[in-house]
Amino acid sequence: MITATGIDLRLGAVDVLSGAQLSTRPGQVVGLIGPNGSGKSSLLRCLYGMLRPNRGAVLIDDAAIGSMSQRSIARAVAVVTQDASAEGIDISVGEFVLLGRHVHRSDYQGFTDDDRKAVLDGLDMVDMSSFADRSIHNLSGGERQRVLIARCIAQQSPVILLDEPTNHLDVRYQHEVLALVRRLKIDSIVVLHDLNLASRYCDHLALLDHGRVVAQGRPDDVLQSEVLEPVYGIEVRRLADGPHSHFAFGPLST
Amino acid sequence: MSVVVAIGLGPVGVAPPTVLKIIGHHMMGLFDAESWARTDDAIIWEVRLPRVLLGAIVGAALGVVGVTLQALVRNPLAEPYILGVSSGASAGAAAAILFGVGSWLGRESVSLMAFFGALGALALVLALARSSGRITPSRMLVAGVAVSYLLSAVTSLLILFAESAEGARAVMFWLLGSLANADWSTLPIGYLGMGAGMILVFWWRRRLDLLALGDETAMASGVDPGRTRLQLVVVVAMCVGFAVSLSGGIGFVGLAAPHIARRIIGPIHRHLIPASAALGALMLVWADVAARMVLQPRELPIGVVTGVLGAPVLVALVRKLSHNS
Repeated sequence: MITATGIDLRLGAVDVLSGAQLSTRPGQVVGLIGPNGSGKSSLLRCLYGMLRPNRGAVLIDDAAIGSMSQRSIARAVAVVTQDASAEGIDISVGEFVLLGRHVHRSDYQGFTDDDRKAVLDGLDMVDMSSFADRSIHNLSGGERQRVLIARCIAQQSPVILLDEPTNHLDVRYQHEVLALVRRLKIDSIVVLHDLNLASRYCDHLALLDHGRVVAQGRPDDVLQSEVLEPVYGIEVRRLADGPHSHFAFGPLST
Repeated sequence: MSVVVAIGLGPVGVAPPTVLKIIGHHMMGLFDAESWARTDDAIIWEVRLPRVLLGAIVGAALGVVGVTLQALVRNPLAEPYILGVSSGASAGAAAAILFGVGSWLGRESVSLMAFFGALGALALVLALARSSGRITPSRMLVAGVAVSYLLSAVTSLLILFAESAEGARAVMFWLLGSLANADWSTLPIGYLGMGAGMILVFWWRRRLDLLALGDETAMASGVDPGRTRLQLVVVVAMCVGFAVSLSGGIGFVGLAAPHIARRIIGPIHRHLIPASAALGALMLVWADVAARMVLQPRELPIGVVTGVLGAPVLVALVRKLSHNS
């Protein structure tokens, strides 16, 4: 369980976040949405210690994040980052997922059979078992995201944070990855651009604008044109399609 | 094997079996000392063996330091002297040789001044590379290059002011490196210092894997990249300080050994660290043999040999990188 309240963050001369708040919800997928530059990724980075807020509190299971070692933070929170596996050293999928187990072993300990089993289970859950020996540089975008999620599963942390996991993916993989996150039933926070995906795969949404959470609640309540139009500066129309709603966007007709 | 043959080679050749006998005699009192020439004995035991042993530990340390720095700054061209440590050591040694700075340190004042010069350069680089308490790869690279240039200029200035040809030659020794100063009295401290450094780096092998993957990935896996970088840099500087103060600034081994090892054994540091150590040791021991043999009886500076052998490796590497991208 992570709770962030009253987060102020200044990067250089820019106020990125001012008074933002966000929490995980048990067993649910929380979507973090908002326009470019609204502070979505920055807020997520505050939740695992990558960025230190200037004001406000981040609590992981009631402990202040500032008082925790990076290792104990990582035991509580797994992250699908944006930098992972795109650049950096060229190792196999299996080794990459295995490194997620580092949080459970001290520096001098080697990995054990438990660790290798956790890796196999993780890869199995994302349907990537046959890729264990493949280089992480030779994966398609969708495969890469699934490997990153497998690493989080192997890490066995009770919370997963995902920083724009659908970036650079084609439509099919966007759905596949988010459907996978939903199936995990782990407390998760996912940064998303696409409001249609957010509406379909999230249990709860937080809408960020200029570093502030301006709306929060069930997708149906947040994704209303009165809420979205002032934030995005575009016209939003909801179209009903069976159990799901879809959104059509156009310039504001003023 | 390699060591025994390497000991035997040089302006005065000694056959491997004799080498083994002489070493056996000194270490365990085996064999009859009358069965080989006294000069062979002195050459092997007093000159060659310490020299090969020094070459092995310095080569291993340079290889491990190269691997470490390449992971830390996430740049395949990083090498042990990227932190300005070598130019710092040279400046320290130049000050000691040419102007007698630190002569109160006693007989080893030049080595000690080189050591302090190395650590001073590192402190300067770290001070410049820190931004809000964290060390980022790009700042570290730039700071290292800047400090290197500054201290090279200082060394040139010292040589210019001293106007002593003999002194200038002695300073060249530190710039190009040589194993000729090896002797039994300084070997143990070198082995201790560099050995401890290499063990620490191996201890942190998985942190190197994670740092090489990216700062966010490291953070998400419980490794604080800024702090880990600082710890590793200090260990690395100690290693390089010992290496440079015992043998000068020997170039290219720290760049070439990790790259060749990576080609053979892959990028996982659990394997890469020991492989780079072994390869670095092998390369330096044989480069020193070449330094002794090529122009005999004169001796080439070992930095010249490693440069001539290392440059093609670097070129091949750059070509391969541009193919990939």
